Amino acid sequence: MALRARMRWRLRQPSVVPGFGLALGVTLTWLTLIVLIPISGLLWRSSGLGWGNFMALAFDERTVNALTISFGTAFAAALVNLAFGVILAWVLVRYRFPGKRVIDAMVDLPFALPTAVAGIALTTLYAPNGWIGSLLEPLGIRIAFTPAGIVVALVFVGLPFVVRTVQPVMEEIDKEVEEAAATLGANRLQTITRVLLPGLLPAGLTGFALAFARGVGEYGSVIFIAGNLPYVSEIAPLLIVIRLEEFNYAAATAIATVMLFLSFLMLLVINTIQSWSRRRYSNGA
Amino acid sequence: MEVRVQNIRKEFGRYPALEDVSLDIRSGELIALLGPSGSGKTTLLRLIAGLESPTEGTIFFGNEDASQKSVQQRNIGFVFQHYALFRHMTVLDNISFGLKVRPANRRPPAAEIRRRALDLLELVQLSGLEKRYPAQLSGGQRQRVALARAMAVEPNVLLLDEPFGALDAQVRKELRKWLREIHDRTGHTTVFVTHDQEEALELADRVVVMSKGAIEQVGTPDDIYDHPVSPFVYGFIGQSNCLDVTLAGGEIWFEDRPIGLRAANEPDGPATLYFRPHDIELLDGCGGCLAGLVTASRRVAGTRHLEVSLGGTQPSVEIELPPERASSTDHSRVAFRPTRWKLYREASDVAAASVQAQTSAIELAPTGT
Repeated sequence: MALRARMRWRLRQPSVVPGFGLALGVTLTWLTLIVLIPISGLLWRSSGLGWGNFMALAFDERTVNALTISFGTAFAAALVNLAFGVILAWVLVRYRFPGKRVIDAMVDLPFALPTAVAGIALTTLYAPNGWIGSLLEPLGIRIAFTPAGIVVALVFVGLPFVVRTVQPVMEEIDKEVEEAAATLGANRLQTITRVLLPGLLPAGLTGFALAFARGVGEYGSVIFIAGNLPYVSEIAPLLIVIRLEEFNYAAATAIATVMLFLSFLMLLVINTIQSWSRRRYSNGA
Repeated sequence: MEVRVQNIRKEFGRYPALEDVSLDIRSGELIALLGPSGSGKTTLLRLIAGLESPTEGTIFFGNEDASQKSVQQRNIGFVFQHYALFRHMTVLDNISFGLKVRPANRRPPAAEIRRRALDLLELVQLSGLEKRYPAQLSGGQRQRVALARAMAVEPNVLLLDEPFGALDAQVRKELRKWLREIHDRTGHTTVFVTHDQEEALELADRVVVMSKGAIEQVGTPDDIYDHPVSPFVYGFIGQSNCLDVTLAGGEIWFEDRPIGLRAANEPDGPATLYFRPHDIELLDGCGGCLAGLVTASRRVAGTRHLEVSLGGTQPSVEIELPPERASSTDHSRVAFRPTRWKLYREASDVAAASVQAQTSAIELAPTGT
């Protein structure tokens, strides 16, 4: 009884905001329909394979290669986005210049543009006979139809995430904190590396996680620029589609399950780091 | 270290924030910059710090011209109203920041830095909290950390910008006393900005009263309170009443009658009479006094404040009495006369800008110049 009473209390703390029951009910129903049922369907299918079968399919050499490429390029692209996203956000927050509004709006473009369009455009530019590709070709650098091309495409689609998560936090940085660092004798570089950037870490990690997650699942823009050579530049989502087209549903579900598991694991790790750093210095001055 | 501000002018765009301000701050002194918002007090503080650069004029630290130096080179300690602590650093890291960012040849060894930070933490009475983050501290504790951080670099001068402005009344009082103690122990030359006159008068060795980008008066708290040099200072420091009066034949007239105060050597003409609510005496009869109807009466701590309407177009004045004397006066007429007062005259009224008052009735309250 006592336990039940406590459970009830924990579930529903007294609050002046009404409608907890209704809101939670709607949320759960919605999540179930949109997320939980499809994912459990996936797990259900793959559990029907049997362990031995599943392992054989999941650790098939081509699959492992595709997964490595998918996660590796997504990680690299998210890193690039973290670095340049912070700089871009800095420029948008700190400086006033003509065309700032336009650039600010352009940041969201990758959200809106059909990814296939982005993929085709990038391929045209970076192909050995494209504007940029033809400049890099003599230097022996090939972007399109290699994993580097995949990274370029993923950088494009992931760009808004870091900028949009870091920007509001940066806007809130008190000018006084920088002045305090200066009065204590810190030069500009020390102020940036020791005072400003650490404060942006939680927001940066959020943006990184979002860009990474988006990169892992990206399909439309990548398939045009990647060249899709098995073992070299073939991403996991593409392999799933290939397997489906071969009516090899078992293999497709196996790859999907592994992707699901890995994504979940990485997001969990990033979120843990993030909540750890957020707990340390949130809501303080 | 002594700080000399010489003929400083500062403009923000076309708006002048400070006009030709000069100020000598003695070594080891605790000095307050007091004024209403927009008086330029914070601007002056930031100019001393080097966070702003003057449009004209120079600032000396000792004999060195500091105006040519950057903030970093001036070696000052600055405490902000909203603490401006580094929130991703522990209390200890915050305090040792100023020492850690020094170039290698001037940086003390790590153990020494830690020792000094812990000493300072003890000085600000926060021992044991070195591993906390700013978010885990109360406002008063954060401000103590900010002060310790500013003192860690052994600053030439300690500058505090409304240091207690964001704290509640109780904590303010406590910290005020504590800051005075710290100052007496460490002897840093300290300049603090405040708009709270009580804080300035209680805490500072000398008070600089500022208004509209200029210094009105510099003096000890006693000077400022007892001998204000301008109507602004009189009105800004403490409570005061002002009345439009007329001088005629060395007598002060209010409306149509003399009020029993003499200003013997003053030429005739209009003037403004200032007096404080507690510097009055009640009179029984009225042969030359101020008289009016009590319109409101409030008990404030140990005294009773009466609002007295003097009739005519003049605003009502406020007087303070001991409660037992005031009880009989509710909603009745009172007659009183200021015991300490001061006359100010517009430049157009007479050549002399102000007249010091002598009391007429009570001998023991001379105001003197």
